[in-house]
Amino acid sequence: MKFEEIAQTAKEEWDALQASAKPSIVVGTATCGRAAGAMEVMEALRNELKEREIEANIMETGCFGLCDAEPLITIKGPGGPSVWYRNVTPEMAGKLVEEHIVKGSPVAEHALGAAGDGQVDGLTAMSDLPMLKFQVRRILFNCGVVDPSNINHYIATGGYQALNKVVSGMSPEDIIDEITRSGLRGLGGAGFPVGRKWDSCRRVPSDVRYVVCNADEGDPGAFQDRSVLEGDPYSVVEGMTIAGYAIGAQKGYIYVRAEYPLAVERLENATAQAKEKGLMGKNILGSGFDFDLEIFQGAGAFVCGESTALVLSIEGKRGMPKPLPRPRTTEVGLWDMPTLLNNVKSYSIVPWILTKGADQFASLGTERCKGTAVFSLTGKMANCGLIEVPMGTTLRQIIYDIGGGIPKGKAFKAVQTGGPSGGCLPAELLDTQVDFDKLTAAGAIMGSGGMVVMDEDTCMVDVARYFLDFTQKESCGECSLCRLGTLQMLQTLEAIVAGEGDPDDIDMLLELGEAIKTGSICGLGQSAPNPALTTIRYFRHEYEAHIHEKKCPARVCKDLISYVISADKCKACMICLRECPVDAIRGAKKEVHVIDQDKCIRCGVCMSVCPERFGAVECIPGRLTEADNA
Amino acid sequence: MEDHLAEILSTHTGRRSELIPILQEAQEKFGYLSDDVIAEVAEFTHVPESTVFGVASFYTQFRFVPQGRNLISVCRGTACHVRGAPMILDEVSRQLSIEDGGTTPDLEYTLETVACIGCCALAPCLTVNGKVEAKLNPKKVKDLLAKEKANEV
Amino acid sequence: MLDEIKFAIDGTQIKANKGDTILKAALKHGIYIPHLCDHPDLEPFGGCRLCMVEIKGKGLSISCKVPVEEGLEIITESPEVNKVRRIAAELLIASHHVDCLECARNTDCKLQDVASYIGIEEGRLKRLKRVIKDLPIDDSNPFFIRDLNKCVLCGICIRTCGEILNVGAIDFAFRGTGTLVATVGGKPILQSRCVSCGECVARCPVGALVPKNAERPTREVSTVCTYCGVGCGIKLGVRGGRIVRVRGDVNSPANRGNLCVKGRFGYDFVNHPDRLTSPLIKRNGAFVEATFEEALDLVASKLTDYKGDQFATFASARITTEDNYVVQKFTRAVMGTNNLDHCARL
Repeated sequence: MKFEEIAQTAKEEWDALQASAKPSIVVGTATCGRAAGAMEVMEALRNELKEREIEANIMETGCFGLCDAEPLITIKGPGGPSVWYRNVTPEMAGKLVEEHIVKGSPVAEHALGAAGDGQVDGLTAMSDLPMLKFQVRRILFNCGVVDPSNINHYIATGGYQALNKVVSGMSPEDIIDEITRSGLRGLGGAGFPVGRKWDSCRRVPSDVRYVVCNADEGDPGAFQDRSVLEGDPYSVVEGMTIAGYAIGAQKGYIYVRAEYPLAVERLENATAQAKEKGLMGKNILGSGFDFDLEIFQGAGAFVCGESTALVLSIEGKRGMPKPLPRPRTTEVGLWDMPTLLNNVKSYSIVPWILTKGADQFASLGTERCKGTAVFSLTGKMANCGLIEVPMGTTLRQIIYDIGGGIPKGKAFKAVQTGGPSGGCLPAELLDTQVDFDKLTAAGAIMGSGGMVVMDEDTCMVDVARYFLDFTQKESCGECSLCRLGTLQMLQTLEAIVAGEGDPDDIDMLLELGEAIKTGSICGLGQSAPNPALTTIRYFRHEYEAHIHEKKCPARVCKDLISYVISADKCKACMICLRECPVDAIRGAKKEVHVIDQDKCIRCGVCMSVCPERFGAVECIPGRLTEADNA
Repeated sequence: MEDHLAEILSTHTGRRSELIPILQEAQEKFGYLSDDVIAEVAEFTHVPESTVFGVASFYTQFRFVPQGRNLISVCRGTACHVRGAPMILDEVSRQLSIEDGGTTPDLEYTLETVACIGCCALAPCLTVNGKVEAKLNPKKVKDLLAKEKANEV
Repeated sequence: MLDEIKFAIDGTQIKANKGDTILKAALKHGIYIPHLCDHPDLEPFGGCRLCMVEIKGKGLSISCKVPVEEGLEIITESPEVNKVRRIAAELLIASHHVDCLECARNTDCKLQDVASYIGIEEGRLKRLKRVIKDLPIDDSNPFFIRDLNKCVLCGICIRTCGEILNVGAIDFAFRGTGTLVATVGGKPILQSRCVSCGECVARCPVGALVPKNAERPTREVSTVCTYCGVGCGIKLGVRGGRIVRVRGDVNSPANRGNLCVKGRFGYDFVNHPDRLTSPLIKRNGAFVEATFEEALDLVASKLTDYKGDQFATFASARITTEDNYVVQKFTRAVMGTNNLDHCARL
């Protein structure tokens, strides 16, 4: 079939859906939506519609990035307004159907905003929401908008135009030139120029080449690759197909975490549909170009984000990175063939660049980093979610304008970018622009795009300990510096948070960290010390408080805090006393409760059960003993 | 067991690159990888058993002992951590009297920690048999497990 | 003639063969660069990070994987090199048992070499946490002991078992600090497909794999193994008239230093009290010691009585192929029968 015909069919289906006389309900059913209960909400809505004998179009979509609003749905009445509803529960289904669909009047109390720029009395337009207003959605263009299991939606919104353009007249050199001119840098975190990588892979003489997509999102604070795979799988598939055409590969692999079952399902569906339409497989769009994709489920190893480890893993081996000196993966990769390895987002933006042009892509960004960056904004934020902003946006803009700042009136302390390989930046660096080079210069990295915001209640020593615990477990064990060095750093940090820190420890952590960074085999080891090094650099006083004063100023480290009950505020309600797992609370009805400091295990249960209106349990830095109670 | 494994193997050709997918399917079927399964997969893929074990034990997904009927996975992602995941893990551990990675003697529960389940905005969270429980605190965990245990009887 | 390459280590001009690594070339010239995971018989591994050197113009690099190049300038001692190498060594030492005097590998240990080269400063070492594993010692094998607590994860045993023997009894298992050299499920080595050849024991740089009989010989005797027709060159380690160790002769073209379980460990019989050291002839229902001349005369005198199919020969794998040829020739041509067999056929 010709592409024009495919596109026409797709457009008709899409237009018919938009113009449908039936009411429509769109439910965000990505993993995050499901976790919040989206499937139950969808079921409840179906039942309500059935009861009222209303026929409606119910569509699933991917993640729109407004995680705090999940489950998030859009309801469009027949001819009526189109409204986004937030935090929908199955119990709300009846009311939403009755009011919005039957009566045509939106339910303002549950509404997030009016769709797009739409005008609905009393509702903010979605495009005016602070969380969305400052974003530029290119990679996330389709996420949360189209049905990610329907290729026609993707095609109708501009998908596969790039592939069609490519196979019907662009030479591989033209494509690579366009990508190079766009200035796109690898969005997996390292920021290697994508065009140059494609070019070097193409130039290696070989009959067989592979295109591999790294979707092994292992950073424990990032989920944007998952969102793209779940919300817009076709863009990745199309991008990889174009890459195959450009470098001369006929086979591709997507290495996706097995922990992302929905992403796997969507990808499998996407490749099957692409094949059906002749957009993959033999003789793509009659061009004579063959390309096939296989999905490989990673079995859980953070180090497999490293190129040689990922390749070994697909080959069925332990993911132990190959030490330098060695050829690049672009020269000797999968089964020793030249292999192009890029991240999910790097592939998914390729169709955009080839459709809209390199110049338009490069119109955003900083001098050396073009385009946009996607971040998973989490932690102590008013608005958590997935955001896309132009390169060069400042951390302050992201955290305050988009993220809405720190909730509960707490003070900002640090922002962690780049996950276990990244670093923590303090308030003084909030005006740092986000791009590969500037974050690296500040001691953090762009990395996988995780951005975790920390407030005054976050202990920076504990954060360092947390990340070292992670990398230590994820180290492949091959090289002595990483295997033993990260463990040594972890144990030192554990001693510090346990109140057993030694004044020499800070210097030793710095010395160990530098050696591990310099001497380790792969990127995991070379970056593993970063969380500790940056927290020492910017928050040394917290380390010193732990070591010298035996206090955790942020009241996190169990051995260096105490829980106390304020005699003034305690209403002697017995709740904490009953809930305490170790019977460490004394008192009785009408008798103010007291925590036995020697018995207390500082689990925090008392604080979590003390009714908010009393707020009698307090956590204070420093470790009290029973003697202090007297 | 042999029948099931033969069924899995019949969809593969025995290439080395099929090793991890085969192990994944086998674990899906049997819940864990027994020595017998490892031996048979080794023979099928023409690699030494020690290598199959070496590969499997490298990846967190694979288990070598049977797991409990209910799997509780506490997220140890960054967002969960800064919002109190350690307290959540402690509470589960205390309620079930098992450590991370452990299984209750009655084979009812297995407790594990996972790198990140990608529900960072709903932190801290855990999953019970794949179902996400979000925005937890120690009290909620206690109630949740009490409910689970009640259902079990 | 191999291509010769000239390069410099610490300012000294050195000639090396093309294809040699920096480490190999340095060691050949008697220049010590600390290392643990490299072994001349095996592919480079690059895990211990101890052989770090500075290559002028290129920065730090491990030397076990970099081939020599014309004009390279290598610096083995510099503050940058030391910063990494010292920490790597200290980390390995901090996680290693320190019962050196009780260790079978004492004075023959690569980690001791590294430690003495780096020079241990107690004050520095004290800052590190001691991280000692406490795994059960595997003494299931009759010939050697596996003490994984002393393992430095150089992978030499694994590569030996895979690359040289193609047995694959062991491999790396688990990861991170939990990484172990293991059989399936960490079972005792005797339950694996290990053939007990001891090649790994011979190459282990530390005390993780040591022979059960760890007596040190006082001298060595070169000879040929009598177990089979391969004729491996061996060096018998002798101590006061007893054989206490056997190692393969690296100069023997038959085995180039390798041995099998019998050749390496099967030497007990030599000094065994029950060993027959002279022929026995049955006289009046009882075996009586005799000389070889007597025994051979007796057999020869009887051969003519048993020509034809009432005769059979059973030959041994312990004699050479040439000798076996003669045996079958004798059986067929002289004794006139095809009743001929050989123990290796079983």
